[in-house]
Amino acid sequence: MSDTYQVPIATNRSATGIPTGRLAIWWVIASEIVIFGGLLVCFLLLRLRHPEWAAEAEHTKLAAGAFNTFVLLTSSYFVVLAHKSITDGRNLDAVKYIWWTIGGGLVFMLVKAYEYTAEISHGYTMFKSVFWSFYYLATGLHGLHVLAGMIIMAIIAKDVKKGLNLQRVEYIGIYWHFVDVVWIFLFPLFYIASGL
Amino acid sequence: MSDSEQENHGHHRRSLKDILFSTDHKIIGFQYTITGMLMALIGGYMAYVFRMQLAHPGEAVPGFGLVTPMDYNALVTNHGTIMIFWVAMPVLIAGFGNFLIPLMIGCDDMVFPRVNRLSFQIFFLSSLVLLASFFVEGGGFGGAWTSYPPLSAKSEYNLTPAGDTIWLVAVALEFVAFLLGGINFVTTVMNSRAKGMKMHDIPMVVWMIVIASILFMVSVGPLVAGAVMLGFDQVAGTHFYDPFSEGDPLLWQHLFWFFGHPEVYVVLLPAMGVVAEILCVFSRKKLFGYKTLLYSTFATGILSFVVWAHHQFVAGIDPRMAHLFTVTTLLISIPIAEMVFLYIATLYGGSIEFKTPMLWAIAFVAEFLIGGVTGIYLGSSGTDIYYHDSYFVVAHFHYTFVPIAIIAVFAGITYWYPKAIGRMMSDFWGKVHFWGTIISFNCIFIPLFLLGMAGQHRRIYSYEHFPELARPELQEMRGFVTASLIVMIIFQIPFLWNFIASMFTGEKAEKNPWRSNTLEWSADSPPPHGNWSELPECHRPPYEYSVPDRKEDFWPQHQPN
Repeated sequence: MSDTYQVPIATNRSATGIPTGRLAIWWVIASEIVIFGGLLVCFLLLRLRHPEWAAEAEHTKLAAGAFNTFVLLTSSYFVVLAHKSITDGRNLDAVKYIWWTIGGGLVFMLVKAYEYTAEISHGYTMFKSVFWSFYYLATGLHGLHVLAGMIIMAIIAKDVKKGLNLQRVEYIGIYWHFVDVVWIFLFPLFYIASGL
Repeated sequence: MSDSEQENHGHHRRSLKDILFSTDHKIIGFQYTITGMLMALIGGYMAYVFRMQLAHPGEAVPGFGLVTPMDYNALVTNHGTIMIFWVAMPVLIAGFGNFLIPLMIGCDDMVFPRVNRLSFQIFFLSSLVLLASFFVEGGGFGGAWTSYPPLSAKSEYNLTPAGDTIWLVAVALEFVAFLLGGINFVTTVMNSRAKGMKMHDIPMVVWMIVIASILFMVSVGPLVAGAVMLGFDQVAGTHFYDPFSEGDPLLWQHLFWFFGHPEVYVVLLPAMGVVAEILCVFSRKKLFGYKTLLYSTFATGILSFVVWAHHQFVAGIDPRMAHLFTVTTLLISIPIAEMVFLYIATLYGGSIEFKTPMLWAIAFVAEFLIGGVTGIYLGSSGTDIYYHDSYFVVAHFHYTFVPIAIIAVFAGITYWYPKAIGRMMSDFWGKVHFWGTIISFNCIFIPLFLLGMAGQHRRIYSYEHFPELARPELQEMRGFVTASLIVMIIFQIPFLWNFIASMFTGEKAEKNPWRSNTLEWSADSPPPHGNWSELPECHRPPYEYSVPDRKEDFWPQHQPN
């Protein structure tokens, strides 16, 4: 970051009436939808061809997955509260709720780590079958998004405390909801759709 | 940071550090263009080496040495990869896009200048990674730019244990760079237009770059996922594409071409946009059918997502499916033909001035037509069975990509050079370069159509062992093609000379040397950091040339009524 950097006029223009940051985050999400969409369509096409993968899916941990769904949805609620606090001018409340959201992400990651450990130690590694390859790839990619969201939120929380870049709370909230929605697709595909 | 003291706008001398790490959209545009042009030299050198091998099989190539079959495969693979991902995209989308978008919509920079800089830095890194793949054990990847598994997935098959993964990483980094850039372009045009610039006041080239960025963004996602899967197959030993396990190699072909076909339009559209600007200015006529052109472009963009399997007619897809894709493929020629007709109608009755940029622009329309028309034979699933993977295909897509990545780029460079550099290029040397390039280009690729029709297959290192292809008359034709290529390469010297020497000795350019309407011509040549001391407003559509009852034959967008 050079010290001569100055925000251009372009950044603060708004011909559409939508703030530039919000517009950009929606485009980021559009580009993410096709990445996860592509991956899940590949999985679905192969899954339809391999009914025997239903038996593999029995070895994913349904209860842990359900708990994680609950945790992630709850954390999304916290990020909404954070946004609401910002619009009401209660910045310190917003900081608190952002940290609660990060906490939700952390619980999610810990449960996920427990699942991975249990599965790998029972021999369900990435190489056992293509089902497991997809499982680790999809949940891993999703996990990376959770992690990235947590790191960005920590940075934003630090800024909000100083009263800077308040608009970013909304943007990270939109992103966090997206991460949530991806999980809503992963959970039934890899956990619920099991048995024959 | 934002609260630092006001930067002296423009008139200070830029240090090297300022240029290398600038957030100014114009500098970033130059960085992309120069990197792209250097990569074009490397890609051209590769073409020279493998064409020499084809013309004189088994003889040492001057400047390279003996070409082994492995070398040959690596050269054709990386020639294709470089020319599309490291020449066409950086120059047309990122180079022109970065330079033109803020200037043409009348603002001082992109909305996210630092993301823009990051995008170039990732792109530059990706070029280095790709070039590094030639210097590892086993050499560069040789599994074709389409990188089909299982060949690309296992080093036992492709014999490039490091090269294949490095190639994949380089392409993935390049995608990241263009995703960042694309989000920036689209958001900038949506939000930062000059006051008064409505949807139908946006210059066509800006529209086309934005639509191309969206096409790229939407089509590349599944391939990003697919590339991660391929990477795991290569490195970790998963079986996503392994036909001997539960995987499916055809899956990659679908993912690749779901991206790969829209990609053609990703690079075509900015080229079409550049040409539209130039045709209007040098025929002093309003663009014929602005809205028709715009909606044809939308139609092209949408249709481009449903044609991909025409690359796979012989890959074992269901023939009924092949019929469907034949229909969609022929359908997409309708909006494209519409666009060409609009260009011809723009020229009709204009007072045409044959300056160098105009020559290139007209050549684009003419040569691209040949590429488009020959595509009909390949898009039809019946004829494609014979033509598939022959030199007919090679000639066909070079008649599309050379007009895009070479002809339209030269049109754009010669047209905007005065704005970018502040000096004029020599028209005489421009024309020498033009005729030398265009004639030799046709001498290279028309014989390739004939060779393809004679049954010459692609990606063959030497035809000596194919009796029906080693006939002397075919070999003579190959020699002619290679000689034409060398002529074409030699004719780039006048361009390079003109490009570099004009920076120092060219005639000083005024603000608006071509008497053009769009906003960039109201800035100084070259525009300072921040582009204008006072940002312009837009008062009318961009192509008001030869308006009756006006003294001047142009009516700039920024001029108040």
